Amino acid sequence: MSRPEDILPPDIYYSSTTARKYTTSSRIQHIQAQMAQRALSLLNLTTPSYILDVGCGSGLSGAILSSTPPEAGGPHVWVGMDISADMLSVALERGGEDPDTGNSDDGSEEGEGEEECQGDLFLADAGQGVPFRAGTFDAAISISAVQWLCNAESSIETAEGRLKRFFEGLYAALRRGGRAVCQFYPRDEGQKRMVAQAAIRAGFGAGLLEDGAGTKAVKVYLVCTVGGGDVAGGDITGVVEGMEGVEVDDTRRRVRRGGEKGMQKGSKQWILRKKDRMERKGMVVKATSKYTGRKRKIAF
Amino acid sequence: MKLLTLNFVSCARKACKSSTSSFPLHPRDAELELVEMEFNPQFLQNMLPKLEWEALQIICNELALPTLPSSTPAASDLFESGGEGSSPAQPTQVARDLHKLLLETTIREGLLVCSNCGHEYAIKEGIANFLLPPHLV
Ligand SMILES: C[S@@+](CC[C@H](N)C(=O)[O-])C[C@H]1O[C@@H](n2cnc3c(N)ncnc32)[C@H](O)[C@@H]1O
Ligand SMILES: [Zn+2]
Repeated sequence: MSRPEDILPPDIYYSSTTARKYTTSSRIQHIQAQMAQRALSLLNLTTPSYILDVGCGSGLSGAILSSTPPEAGGPHVWVGMDISADMLSVALERGGEDPDTGNSDDGSEEGEGEEECQGDLFLADAGQGVPFRAGTFDAAISISAVQWLCNAESSIETAEGRLKRFFEGLYAALRRGGRAVCQFYPRDEGQKRMVAQAAIRAGFGAGLLEDGAGTKAVKVYLVCTVGGGDVAGGDITGVVEGMEGVEVDDTRRRVRRGGEKGMQKGSKQWILRKKDRMERKGMVVKATSKYTGRKRKIAF
Repeated sequence: MKLLTLNFVSCARKACKSSTSSFPLHPRDAELELVEMEFNPQFLQNMLPKLEWEALQIICNELALPTLPSSTPAASDLFESGGEGSSPAQPTQVARDLHKLLLETTIREGLLVCSNCGHEYAIKEGIANFLLPPHLV
């Protein structure tokens, strides 16, 4: 299957029909929400934070940030940037029935329980930089967008140049001790490396984490930290502590962490990961419950 | 765009990065709208140290909004002091005013102008257009 970023520039590819189809597909909603949750948990925020969402699209991940309950450190306030005016229009439409009619909750056509977009939206190209003053954001999130930066839109630009401007801008816009998590779809190992290297060159401590490594549905997360401030452990080695399958890749050292092999076969964690992987292959798996992975009493 | 956000955006042009006059951007022909948002005093408290109060004063002045106190409120101004031991501290009127100003007051239509380079960024339906023509990047 060809990759959309090879066919068209993002603002054209995410035209209004694609933007709407994208946002109303419950399958896509589900996958994007899962990845946003994962990214949010990797950000490890404990208090309401100011977050940048890069390539925010129609605001699917933003909705998760806004609705994070106080027990989980939220709710957060976010600012989104996206290069597609049509994706941003859909963000404005989502759940945004006229508040005067008071019927925003039921009867909305696009899925149930949708909240109005609460983040501020910028029509902006992340490959041109991040137009905020130094130390603005506590954290940043980017879901399924960074691979688009690897395609230069014109002959005067290069992928490296765009990645450099993005990561340097992001680095400056985050506060000391801040963190960014970018889930993206690298074309191949080379592109994965190019993105991680660009983050490191901009000053980040960066590590790649892969969920479902080796499967077709692998999800790659680039976890970036800005040194100083209150990062646990003070650098990337502290950040990836306790994560599985994290490849720490910074200029200082490289470690490959235990990963799945270290996971107890048959444990709940192992089952969840396997189910996740099968689900992504399109197989039907049983819903996870409190009984998942528990020993059963033998009964006939 | 919330006034909170306006306290953090700066001109996107490379040439303006190092100039102090590229922040704050100045609203022009701005149409304001109040958009309700859930009150989040903890978020406000977290943001206080990051606010550029002077820039906020300038903006309020330019938008003909009421004059602000002369310096950033302290975290202690956001919650009632003392009280009955274990009960959570009640947010003050200062906190509510700040919430309304920063999170509920938005620019719906208008321009943001950089006083260093003169570039104008349009805001339409609350969305700011920060796309630069390639030669300005
Ligand atoms: C697959 S969508 C993901 C949208 C959203 N993050 C989500 O999870 O639903 C990718 C988004 O990245 C945006 N994008 C692509 N290139 C971009 C760039 N250079 N700057 C900002 N956004 C970009 C696209 O317009 C699109 O909305
Ligand atoms: Zn400027």
